[in-house]
Amino acid sequence: MSSLSATIQKIFNEPGCAKNANKSDAERNRGCTKQLQPGGAAGGCAFDGAKIALQPFTDVAHLVHGPIACEGNSWDNRGAASSGASIWRTGLTTDMNETDIVFGGEKRLYKAIKEIINKYNPPAIFVYQTCVPAMIGDDINAVCKAASQKLGKPVIPVNSPGFVGSKNLGNKLAGEALLEHVIGTQEPDYTTPYDINLIGEYNLSGELWQVKPLLDELGIRILSCISGDGKYREVASSHRARAAMMVCSKAMISVARKMEERYGIPFFEGSFYGIQDSSDSLRQIARLLVERGAPSELIERTEAVIAREEAGAWAAIEPYKPRFAGKRALLITGGVKSWSVVAALQEAGLELVGTSVKKSTKQDKERIKELMGQDAHMIEDMTPREIYKMLKDAKADIMLSGGKSQFVALKAAMPWLDINQERCHAYMGYVGMVKLVEEIDKALFNPMWEQLRRPVPWEEVAKNRQTKGMAQMDAQAAEVAADPETTRRAKKVCFCKEVDLGTLEDAIRSHGLTSVEAVRQHTDAFGGCCKRRIEDILAKMPVSSPPAMLQAAE
Amino acid sequence: MAIVTTPKKACAVNPLKMSQPIGGAFAFMGLRGAMPLLHGSQGCTSFGLTLFVRHFKEAVPLQTTAMSEVATVLGGYENVEQAILNIYNRTKPEIIGICSTGVTETNGDDVDGYIKLIREQHPQLAKFPLVFVSTPDFKDAFQDGWEKTVACMVEVLVEAPAVGAERDPARVNVLPGCHLTPGDLDELRTILEDFGLKPSFLPDLAGSLDGQIPDEFTPTTIGGIGVDEVAGMGRSSWTIAIGAQMRRAAQAMQAKTGVPFRLFERLCGLIPNDEFIAFLSDISGRPVPEKYRRQRGQLSDAMLDAHFHVGGRKLAIGAEPDLLFDLSSMLHEMGAQVTAAVTTTQSPVLERIGTNEVLIGDLEDLEELARTRNCNLLITHSHGRQAAARLKIPFYRAGFPMFDRIGAGHQLSVGYRGTRDVIFDIANLVIADREENHQPTPDSWQTSRRSLKPGRRSFVDATEGSIA
Repeated sequence: MSSLSATIQKIFNEPGCAKNANKSDAERNRGCTKQLQPGGAAGGCAFDGAKIALQPFTDVAHLVHGPIACEGNSWDNRGAASSGASIWRTGLTTDMNETDIVFGGEKRLYKAIKEIINKYNPPAIFVYQTCVPAMIGDDINAVCKAASQKLGKPVIPVNSPGFVGSKNLGNKLAGEALLEHVIGTQEPDYTTPYDINLIGEYNLSGELWQVKPLLDELGIRILSCISGDGKYREVASSHRARAAMMVCSKAMISVARKMEERYGIPFFEGSFYGIQDSSDSLRQIARLLVERGAPSELIERTEAVIAREEAGAWAAIEPYKPRFAGKRALLITGGVKSWSVVAALQEAGLELVGTSVKKSTKQDKERIKELMGQDAHMIEDMTPREIYKMLKDAKADIMLSGGKSQFVALKAAMPWLDINQERCHAYMGYVGMVKLVEEIDKALFNPMWEQLRRPVPWEEVAKNRQTKGMAQMDAQAAEVAADPETTRRAKKVCFCKEVDLGTLEDAIRSHGLTSVEAVRQHTDAFGGCCKRRIEDILAKMPVSSPPAMLQAAE
Repeated sequence: MAIVTTPKKACAVNPLKMSQPIGGAFAFMGLRGAMPLLHGSQGCTSFGLTLFVRHFKEAVPLQTTAMSEVATVLGGYENVEQAILNIYNRTKPEIIGICSTGVTETNGDDVDGYIKLIREQHPQLAKFPLVFVSTPDFKDAFQDGWEKTVACMVEVLVEAPAVGAERDPARVNVLPGCHLTPGDLDELRTILEDFGLKPSFLPDLAGSLDGQIPDEFTPTTIGGIGVDEVAGMGRSSWTIAIGAQMRRAAQAMQAKTGVPFRLFERLCGLIPNDEFIAFLSDISGRPVPEKYRRQRGQLSDAMLDAHFHVGGRKLAIGAEPDLLFDLSSMLHEMGAQVTAAVTTTQSPVLERIGTNEVLIGDLEDLEELARTRNCNLLITHSHGRQAAARLKIPFYRAGFPMFDRIGAGHQLSVGYRGTRDVIFDIANLVIADREENHQPTPDSWQTSRRSLKPGRRSFVDATEGSIA
């Protein structure tokens, strides 16, 4: 068993994960990643997951060892925010070519590490393994070790090639890399009784800064945030924190649990999405810190801040409540967000017609039932076609989801709001929740929707014009039919060849015909049965003098 | 003429290049009812998908064979088979286009062989259009993936016309390079139709990624050229190829069907469009419509108005070869100096670019060259935004991806009208930059203290507006 598969097996046996604890032994051995379905899969790979989890460390150089696709197609595509350093947004890759595939890419990787140190001198380099070098046997652990020793700089291998599994597994492997190579390798300059770690918070759109001022006000220091707006030194010395909060994510649970195991840092799972959740999380932080020896007055101060912030947020949301009355929202997201956002939306007076629970744990589902009642509409798996139909049939007024499903809503001319990682607004904490409500209001009541849903007027006009035209033609046909002379002339004489009376009369008149044979020469009335009828016609016709020219021709 | 060089770096910094497989998948997106499929691990697809969605702001069909580590070792036959069956049964496509990736090229999957076997195993797929293109990530670039895929589509999907079959004199094939937008294709369609010609575009992104709102949700492409229409392209009287990358597909078309082709390497600029319009007039036997006489006049006037701002500009440009050649030549013809040129892959047009050196490199190279050579206009795709912010020079976004602005699918650069718009946009960026960053001050012309002032790069810098 290679060390990577051993690591993966260990991750699957995470005792801290409630979902895992409920499994039978056989299920546990199979691991927690669903078998990916060829031709029906969506979502990122393990490398993607590892990069997402670690890239928000802003002063670290993130070097991707692989062909161009892995970094070239994906760099600088996440909305995490930095308060200073910018090296994390630099796309760095060995861009392996055919020669590297044949002769191995280790030398190129080592040279690349050296170039980065010479050019940028970052406090550390994270090296990400990808599928192709993993296949040809490039040993990035060995290269990183050699580079660390020779170049005197932490070079951290992140062994999470795409084909080992899903994005979620990649998050976990990233956590393993931190535990193995980073956490506890440095000491902080000083410590306080108010030091905490935030684990699994990526500071997307700078949302961490919606909460940080409150922590600052309480004197609580974020010793390390893993990994939003994080610095290498902070995470390396994060083992000195007094308490930890695991934010909104099961993916990093092994980091939290192992830090508790190794360094005695107690943690709780919490969320800053929603008013109630924000208050709960602040309370938990204060409680854990006091338990670990912080002065107990912290709890009172925390309660005071909570009371003030809640009052402010409620007051700001109040005016929206009547506007949201009767409006129904559909929530397509995963995990913790499936209930933390439900609570928040309900606080604002929206009715939830459904929430997805595809990525949620049993506890998440319990929370949803608590919030939405026993008959909560929990959507296990909904195809885009079904979502589209639901929106088109106006069973919901707004959809909240991640960027990938946005067009399902927008193309149904339905309001939509991005609540996943690519969004451009920050929705954390009390201010964030007010912002979310504002954004929902803007989306719901945009006058544009009405225009877009109107039927195209000129299609009606065109249809009317066409109907009018058709009616006119019908009327003409009726008029023609009503004229007695036309009716008389249209009467069939020769049924075999479909020759009507009018044609025969015209031929007789213009050529001055007198015999049945002559008539048959000039018209198509060839059958045998119409002889008598033609004779009758000839008898009725006034004898006219035929035109001289025609006579001559005959 | 330009010398093409490659840097000796081990580490690419801020890549300019996108990978070959997604260039191939992109070409399949111009077919109606298509599902492009990348044979690789699911990240290969997911990164590409995100990139396309961010560029077009549209739902994009792209699937994966979801290769796992085990499948990679054992070979990908089952994954390809399952993927094709799943897509065939669930999304009811008219065609599945398969591109390989670095993973499946490294383990040597014989996808052509797999497809034969799959057709035998599943009779319902015996005649179903399946096109495979080999596009490893570790070779070539986005544009090459497009080039190979379109050539492959011609070879597989176009039918050789029967001996003595009549050609439709009005029908014309258009093979557009990947640097043209859906908006460009619509413009070309209008121009060709104005000459009474009936164009068939292969691929036709204008039908699939131009922002249509379909009545029904469709998991495959919502439009584009149909497989049946592609099959009949052999009855056209001419093939028009746009961009040197399309020579290969045009030659394949000629070899298979005998349809002669004319290659237009550029369609941005006055002279290229004069040639283009003259050619259309010639093959259609019709005089040039009045509309184009006026558009030509407007372009000439735009050049007159803009040359004050564009003339003398030192251009730093990073783009795939055909786009690089097109835009840099147009600006060169407007008096700009192509001072730094970086591209992604080899092409015969590179040595004809009006500069001394073209580098096959990355955005770090471009930024470095732009800094040391005092460039004052930057053109590249959206990933140039960091460099532009550091260089503090006007930045015109062109190429793929363009994710930080909307309307990428409708950015026009072909025809007299498209060229006119590009010239206006670039000149306006220069004007705005001058107003915001280069207003004269009492010290602007102080020769003795010049060296003390930070941020002044050259003598003309402070006064460039008034001098130019």
